[in-house]
Amino acid sequence: MIFIAVAVAIGVGAFIAGWYLGQPSRPDADKNSPYECGFEAFEDARMKFDVRYYLVAILFILFDLEIAFLFPWGVVLEKIGRFGFLAMVVFLTILVVGFVYEWAKGALDWE
Amino acid sequence: MTDVTTALAWLPDFIEPLLTWLPIWAQILVSSLLKIVLILVPVLLGVMYLTFAERKIIGYMQVRVGPNRVGPRGWLQPIADTLKFLTKEVILPTNANVYLFIIAPMLSLVPALAAWAVVPFLDGWVLADIDASLLYILALTSIGVYGILVAGWASNSKYAFLGAMRAGAQVVAYEIAMGFALVGVLMAAGSLNLREIVLHQSGGLFQWYWLPLFPLFVVYFISGVAETNRAPFDVAEGESEIVAGFHVEYSGIAFALFFLAEYANMILISTLTSLLFLGGWLSPFDGLDWLTELPVIGLLFGNGLHWLLIKISLFLLFFLWFRATFPRYRYDQIMRLGWKVFIPVTLVWILVMGFAMFYTPFGHWFH
Repeated sequence: MIFIAVAVAIGVGAFIAGWYLGQPSRPDADKNSPYECGFEAFEDARMKFDVRYYLVAILFILFDLEIAFLFPWGVVLEKIGRFGFLAMVVFLTILVVGFVYEWAKGALDWE
Repeated sequence: MTDVTTALAWLPDFIEPLLTWLPIWAQILVSSLLKIVLILVPVLLGVMYLTFAERKIIGYMQVRVGPNRVGPRGWLQPIADTLKFLTKEVILPTNANVYLFIIAPMLSLVPALAAWAVVPFLDGWVLADIDASLLYILALTSIGVYGILVAGWASNSKYAFLGAMRAGAQVVAYEIAMGFALVGVLMAAGSLNLREIVLHQSGGLFQWYWLPLFPLFVVYFISGVAETNRAPFDVAEGESEIVAGFHVEYSGIAFALFFLAEYANMILISTLTSLLFLGGWLSPFDGLDWLTELPVIGLLFGNGLHWLLIKISLFLLFFLWFRATFPRYRYDQIMRLGWKVFIPVTLVWILVMGFAMFYTPFGHWFH
């Protein structure tokens, strides 16, 4: 906890130091506009973007949950023995079926 | 809360009498702060000189000399860079979400530093020896991706936005492979505590986990390179196509914080790989008593901090070497490697391990 507080203090402190030590702000319209290869920005950057990013995010949630299940299982594996292992094999088989389906559907292909 | 003796552990002896006039809680607070300083100052110095090492080493790999003007042979270059970053103006773009724009660099630096709280440097030399230290590190390194996403979104610039989206999807994909590799380590060690994982590997070079968990070791380190957005996985920055990716709109100290976070994460990944797969501070000659009992060199061959530092440096050298050697991966190739190679490999190896542990006589191999 103290460590996190110190890390926050370093981050914020460095930023404030840089803010005040930095050269005085001389704003002008060209400098403060979003960068777009020298010419003025055509449109707002809140634009359409590829739906595959959402797909990756959803798949990530699935697999991350799976890992969250595997973590405690890995720790106590020696105590739960063969039964525990086989139970996890069943669970993983179900997930692998899903994974194979995604693969066959092309959800993992990018282009 | 801890008591005073544990708070004072592994601090030099002369500290204790200096603190006795303080109330107990203040003694604990002061000694913890001292330890934090002892950990963070070397980390930050390491970050500064890693940037220097990178420029020098890649320079020599490309038959140049690298920076050599500031100070003797360029050794003061990182200090000059820091001063320059500090004294430059922080530009706030007109279209940006100001608060998110300011928070983002801190959001990426703070977890990279805070994760060091649970990293053990020697048996007992750790700030917080908690049971779930590996989980804590996994959680904090996952927060780092928010810094990148928030930065890209708040900048309200097309390049920054594209860079952030790419970085987000990539980090998330490789985090799964990384998590599976960690599960293998947990199965072998039976503990989430980093100190216990290291001690479980004692007994010399061939007891370390890199050998029985070799596929996981390779997957973990390569995923680490992808997680930190380093070459050859640096499409999030991709300076030849999207200029600098998520931090294109940042200047001065705000940019420096992103830079610091990236390098602190590189050191963290190298440290974790050394702890999890190469036995941390354990010596490769552990168990060869005739060697460790030699009068003076015996200390060198024995366990100690120097082994951890050597291993960390080795992995950092790999980071730099990759950057000097490999061309950038295409984005669809990156996603294919993460989803279609690493995840199946780790899954299969976990099953192989479990099967060997329970149904074959080779189970002890994985313990």
